Amino acid sequence: MRRSLQFLLFTAVSLVMFLLLPLHASYVRLHSVDESRSLRSLHVTDLCLATEARYTRHPAMADRHAPFQEHPMALEHFPTGSLILPNLPER
Amino acid sequence: MKNVQKAIERHLNILEFTLASLLRRKAKNLSLLAMYLLVVFMLASLQFFVTALKREAAIILDDAPDMVVQRLMAGRQDLVPGSYASEIALIKGVTAVRPRLWGYYYDALNGANYTIMASDDPTAVAERASIGSGIARSRNLAVGDLLPLISYDKNPIMLEIGTIFPSGSDLIAADLIMITPEDFHKLFNFPSGQATDLAVTVHNPKELPTVAAKVASQLPDSRPILKSEIMRTYQSIFDWRGGMTLVILTTSLLSFIIFAWDKATGLSAEERKEIGILKSIGWETSDVLLLKLWEGTVISLTAFLLGVVLAYWHVFFLSAPLFAQALKGWSVIYPRFQLIPVVDAYQLTILFFLTVVPYTTATVIPCWRAATIDPDAAMRY
Repeated sequence: MRRSLQFLLFTAVSLVMFLLLPLHASYVRLHSVDESRSLRSLHVTDLCLATEARYTRHPAMADRHAPFQEHPMALEHFPTGSLILPNLPER
Repeated sequence: MKNVQKAIERHLNILEFTLASLLRRKAKNLSLLAMYLLVVFMLASLQFFVTALKREAAIILDDAPDMVVQRLMAGRQDLVPGSYASEIALIKGVTAVRPRLWGYYYDALNGANYTIMASDDPTAVAERASIGSGIARSRNLAVGDLLPLISYDKNPIMLEIGTIFPSGSDLIAADLIMITPEDFHKLFNFPSGQATDLAVTVHNPKELPTVAAKVASQLPDSRPILKSEIMRTYQSIFDWRGGMTLVILTTSLLSFIIFAWDKATGLSAEERKEIGILKSIGWETSDVLLLKLWEGTVISLTAFLLGVVLAYWHVFFLSAPLFAQALKGWSVIYPRFQLIPVVDAYQLTILFFLTVVPYTTATVIPCWRAATIDPDAAMRY
């Protein structure tokens, strides 16, 4: 087979895989069992994204000064503190 | 019909030549393809991860309390007296006030932080706990095992594991321990008649700001947090300006700009010579441009399609190990990101126009400049 046809075939296969992604996503959404449904009654205020510091475990419940409250000269030092920002006031 | 066949044949021939030309500089082009694929992979992974997390956050936080009332003492969160609950319950528009008991427990055995919550369930049994799968993984626990905790007055409390929350609920409960209110009081030596905070339900959501203002005026040391503020916190975390997103977006886009800049600023002497030779043996300028267009398309389209497919696999089949590492930080307990896939066609289109189109254009422009000059000059360059 010509190299150009091989490439076009490869691209067609990649394209089909790419186009199947939204179909796969909607299939999984339709058939997935929501394992967290029973926990909804807890009325949680935060997602468990990081557990190392209380202000990154519950950013919605912490105020923006929380990272600096450990002692008067404290610097924010948890790695996820740079990824999960505190709740900023609406401007 | 014959013309179409001829055009297809011409394209196939040029594509054939393009592939041969790319394979002649195999090492250079393969490394270029790998880097390009990596950039698309990172951007697409980030997009899949953030979109899926946004969806999960919207579903989970939809059940968040309408308002949470905290009490502040010297700028720090303090316990809320029971009298606050009855006072807030009297405000017009408030339908329910639920004192919540929750806190953090540091486990010196494995260095993990747990979130401990008192259950509202009246059927909950004393000294029996429901725990998150993150804790079960970390402490190697199964249903029926005992989880020893040390209370704040230094007495051991043995909790029997009644339930382990499924790992599909990790985004809510990976580090959660649910116990009875009595055990909660015993564990933290928690004063009775007080709560960590109050979950307030307001019948009409439009009245929430008014109720919050009344709470703040009647109880000046309180801090009401509205559901909209909780939602906004998560919007800002997953926003493109959010810390995590911005770091990856900036590095990926900068690397991509370097690629495109490298291509747009000029051709290597070898490539110029090749164009000169092609023109001298009878290739038209349009043929040379088509050749370069195919060259750009082969690299960028392959990188785009494979990058997006690999990103989908990384986020939804492998639970995004690259991002999970970043979110782990120093955490001992961390969730497994078993996310329900979401594909946002609009964002994928933006990604396509951000990566494939500029790169292909950047490949063609310098070639157009080289292809329009005299072949002799191009070869001598």
